[in-house]
Amino acid sequence: MKRYSAFAVAREALRYQTGWERAWRKPEPKKKYDVIIVGAGGHGLATAYYLGKNFGIKNVAVIEKGWLGGGNTGRNTTIIRSNYLQDPSAAIYEKARSLYETLSQDLNYNIMFSPRGVMMLAQTEHEIRGYQRTAHANNLQGVETHFISPARVKELCPIIELKGPRYPVLGALWQPRGGTARHDAVAWGYARACSDMGMDIIQQCEVTAIRQEGGKVQGVTTTKGEIDCDKLGIVVAGHSGVLAEMAGFRLPIESVALQALVSEPIKPCMDVVVMANTVHGYMSQSDKGEMVIGGGADGYNNYTQRGSFHHVEETVRALVETFPMISRLKMLRWWGGIVDMTGDRSPILSKTPLEGCFINCGWGTGGFKAIPGSGWGMAELIAKGYSPLTAEFGLNRFREGRFIDESVAAGVAH
Amino acid sequence: MLLINCPYCGVAAEETELHAGGEAHLKRFGPDSSDDDFTGYLFHRENPKGVHFERWRHVNGCGKWFHAARCTNTLEVFGTYSAQTTEPPKDLLDTLRAKRPGFKWRNIA
Repeated sequence: MKRYSAFAVAREALRYQTGWERAWRKPEPKKKYDVIIVGAGGHGLATAYYLGKNFGIKNVAVIEKGWLGGGNTGRNTTIIRSNYLQDPSAAIYEKARSLYETLSQDLNYNIMFSPRGVMMLAQTEHEIRGYQRTAHANNLQGVETHFISPARVKELCPIIELKGPRYPVLGALWQPRGGTARHDAVAWGYARACSDMGMDIIQQCEVTAIRQEGGKVQGVTTTKGEIDCDKLGIVVAGHSGVLAEMAGFRLPIESVALQALVSEPIKPCMDVVVMANTVHGYMSQSDKGEMVIGGGADGYNNYTQRGSFHHVEETVRALVETFPMISRLKMLRWWGGIVDMTGDRSPILSKTPLEGCFINCGWGTGGFKAIPGSGWGMAELIAKGYSPLTAEFGLNRFREGRFIDESVAAGVAH
Repeated sequence: MLLINCPYCGVAAEETELHAGGEAHLKRFGPDSSDDDFTGYLFHRENPKGVHFERWRHVNGCGKWFHAARCTNTLEVFGTYSAQTTEPPKDLLDTLRAKRPGFKWRNIA
């Protein structure tokens, strides 16, 4: 792999850009791999990358039904934060956030990480108390967050209306090291690094069955033929239930549509990420100038990658009260993704009843921010059978009543 | 926007009139049941890509709960029926078998 650098840019400028090579190879599948990862989204590619980088396991294939990074990795609102209440969540999300800080250098691929700061508005008395509690918990967990005053909120984000009629801003939970990154670049960067290590990324290849013998995984049947493996990682977000059925076990997951939209591009007006959980909306401004807006998930099961218009309408209607200036903006694009929701709104990174088969799913509405940490933990789980990062996120926690209850802690939008 | 006929008041209700109530025909397990049954009842919802049976409530209408059969992959609504039953009616199942040969939901096929 040729490294990207200022020198490379200058060299190619002098020879009419003829020397650039493909970012990743386009191989045909081999007969057998040590590890097969199903799903070439951010989480799957990160898992493969850290298998190679941290554990030297490089005979790996990443199989993708569609195209690389075309699922939720390319459909989220790119927010990165780690201000979670529960210790296991804070640990894995903070690991991810800290890896994001140097990911561009690690991958030699600019993921445009922008630690611009994330604030979660407190708009009711309950939220003030909840966020103060989270700030204290975060201090104990080694995650830097502060509870800030309305005046400071206005200073950081002048376009906020503090005295909205229904939803006044009473303070905010502020994580200065949170921010955004270019979501596609995260997938592309990991893919390029995986391909460079000799891993095969096989796109347009759908898994149609999971083969097993004596309770142990043997391989997968795909639209490009049968491929054997010693270990299998299922990292497919919305379609986790479909793959689990092929493997013969059940998941405590329901798939629903989550939507987002961007406005037409405007001049820079907001250099932080703002989340307003009471009204179920969050907003940031992309480098292109678009206001990136996300809301809540639909209430019913859905695999169509389309959501209900009225959900978007509700989100925007609420945000307009807090950001009056966006009322005249036109919507530019609007899309949906299928998210996998667990009962406690925390992910599942776990061994499964099928030996040699591991699953990473249930990230629900908040997977993008966790990609490096999730990959790091999942790689360790696959390589060694145990990872301190993922230990609390096992499938058995539902049966044993050991929830990591972020649905209560965060309420929404995480 | 989903359009679902309320079987009670007969209105072709828009999605904003309705509230989704999750999986239909749950078998409830109490404190005396096995761990497997109780876990299944609490957490293991059906999550099919295809035909799904659900509960809905006509919340901004007659207020009544009812059942619906819907495809999660195309959003087609096949039909609705009373809440006062533990299984889908035969005529709806016949429609489903004709439209979606080979569909399977729990032990209904």
